[in-house]
Amino acid sequence: MSAAYGRTVTTDTGFAAGTVAGTTQPVRRRTSRPHYRLRRYAMEALAMAFGLVLAVWSVLPLYNMWMIALDSHNDVFSGAIWPENPTLESFRVVVTQDFWYLARFWHQFGNSFYVGLSVMFLTLAIGSLASFTVGRMRMRHGWMLSNAALMTYVIPASFLAIPMYRIMQIYGLTNNLSSVILALTTFATPYAIFIFSQYGKSIPMELDESARIDGANPLQIYLRIYLPLMAPALVAVGTYALLLAWNEYLYNFLLLSTPESMTVAVALAQFLNSDESPWNFMMATAIIYAMPPIILYYGFRRYMAAGLTMGGVKG
Amino acid sequence: MSGTQQAVAIGQGFARPRSARRRWIGGLHGADYVWALAFAVPYAVIFLGFVVYPICYGLWLGSDPQLYSELFADPRYFTAVINTVIYVGVGVNLKMFLAFMLSGFFMRKRWWVKALLVVFILPWATPALPAYMSIHWLLNGQWGMLNSILWLLFGIDGPVYLNSHWMGLAANIGAYVWKNLPFWTIILLAGRMSIPQELYEAAAVDGAAGLRKFAHVTYPLMANLYFVCILLDTVFALGDFNATYFVSGGGPAMSTEVLATLGIRYAYTVALPRLGVAEVMTALPVLIPLVYILMRKLRVSEGQL
Repeated sequence: MSAAYGRTVTTDTGFAAGTVAGTTQPVRRRTSRPHYRLRRYAMEALAMAFGLVLAVWSVLPLYNMWMIALDSHNDVFSGAIWPENPTLESFRVVVTQDFWYLARFWHQFGNSFYVGLSVMFLTLAIGSLASFTVGRMRMRHGWMLSNAALMTYVIPASFLAIPMYRIMQIYGLTNNLSSVILALTTFATPYAIFIFSQYGKSIPMELDESARIDGANPLQIYLRIYLPLMAPALVAVGTYALLLAWNEYLYNFLLLSTPESMTVAVALAQFLNSDESPWNFMMATAIIYAMPPIILYYGFRRYMAAGLTMGGVKG
Repeated sequence: MSGTQQAVAIGQGFARPRSARRRWIGGLHGADYVWALAFAVPYAVIFLGFVVYPICYGLWLGSDPQLYSELFADPRYFTAVINTVIYVGVGVNLKMFLAFMLSGFFMRKRWWVKALLVVFILPWATPALPAYMSIHWLLNGQWGMLNSILWLLFGIDGPVYLNSHWMGLAANIGAYVWKNLPFWTIILLAGRMSIPQELYEAAAVDGAAGLRKFAHVTYPLMANLYFVCILLDTVFALGDFNATYFVSGGGPAMSTEVLATLGIRYAYTVALPRLGVAEVMTALPVLIPLVYILMRKLRVSEGQL
């Protein structure tokens, strides 16, 4: 077949209308080259213009945040696109906790970190253990576990908020950071199990088997073989869990109400309680709050993208 | 023991290793079964204590028929239902369509496209709360930056966006699209990149260009992923609390509330938690089939990968 193809190409060169794409291509390109190039430049320019619009669309709300934060207290209501007297005063106020909404800011910042790291750790531990039983040890009714996880993944968390709040009261955990940690771990673990089972399939079973022959028990296989080989997935899911916990608002708001137990998200939303809030302080707080996830995200972007394509919603 | 099975397997061709594996793991004996059980316990506890229990408790809270007559007598509830339908229907489909188009755009191999992608990710990397607060302020009729820009560029006075029902709802949807567009674009981009280049080359040899390449290569291979994304995002959008709560605040006069925010409003502003639960329960006839289809879809894909 390929030999015949090769022959038509070489013998057809004299014909005006070649039947093979390879022969017609150079003819067409030669006649229309200037137009073609012009059209390409026009397309490129159009794409760039579109890209510019896209960049403005993406950045505008963030730019707005910075501008209000840089406004001095009297200029907030000017609506200027560039502040008249840009000042870092509002950042100073936040950092030195110089405003009554922000009196416990660093403590709350610590709370957010504590919640984020705990959720991350618990999610990784519980998720990897569960995926190990289902995917590696193939427990008899393991499918029930992965179905339970899948179901939790597709139930909207906000629909469970009211009963969850009552449950936490029954457990006696309100205004206690562990309530939020447990609730958010519940919502982060399914994704972890999902990703881990996907990723685990790429690790050869023979490794486990040879470890068995050498006399390792399942715990040793889990610790010495499974976890080290799962490192990329662990990083991806860990970042996901940390971001989920840091960014969560509703559950923090419902379960934590004292200044001692609040996380930054709740403290930030408190600014909305009164009409005369200092918006520049609020935006400065918002920027400081948004920084860790943005840094984390860009730092681990490679892993995050890998995690998403690994399974997230791949159809 | 598994060593001998391996040895036998080598002698007997391809089908053996698999069944040997199953023998080793499927019939977990004594100590192994205990280990497997111990590994499964943490998640089982979490699932029973924080998913099954709240669900049952919620079903019990919302089991009084009286609540539903009370709920259906409330005009705000019907507004919320209509808003939710619009919010989910427009928000999800608009976003997915844009994400699909943009994923094609980001396939371009230019340095500036790569740089743009880094900027484009920003909305997703930013936490929802500060982003939506900023959008709320951006849209402020008097001091918002958007109206300042309109004034500078075109010399027109922009409207007071969040004082109207329709514009408020549009603002919520816009904010939701803004926040989540990068995520879905990247998912669809990954899907597009996994299509082998050879298929496009083969199509080109067959004389297909532009639209026909799309119709005969891209579309059939992306359709399933697109459908799963739509379903998944429908569930996410249905449960989205932040955009409505922080951008329009449900206002003006609770006319832009959606089911996710109205339930919380009933429970904590009006102190009627049972009514809030009942309100959420009315979403179940839609939610349950969705969850069912999604679980099937995701499980099938898990088996294939």
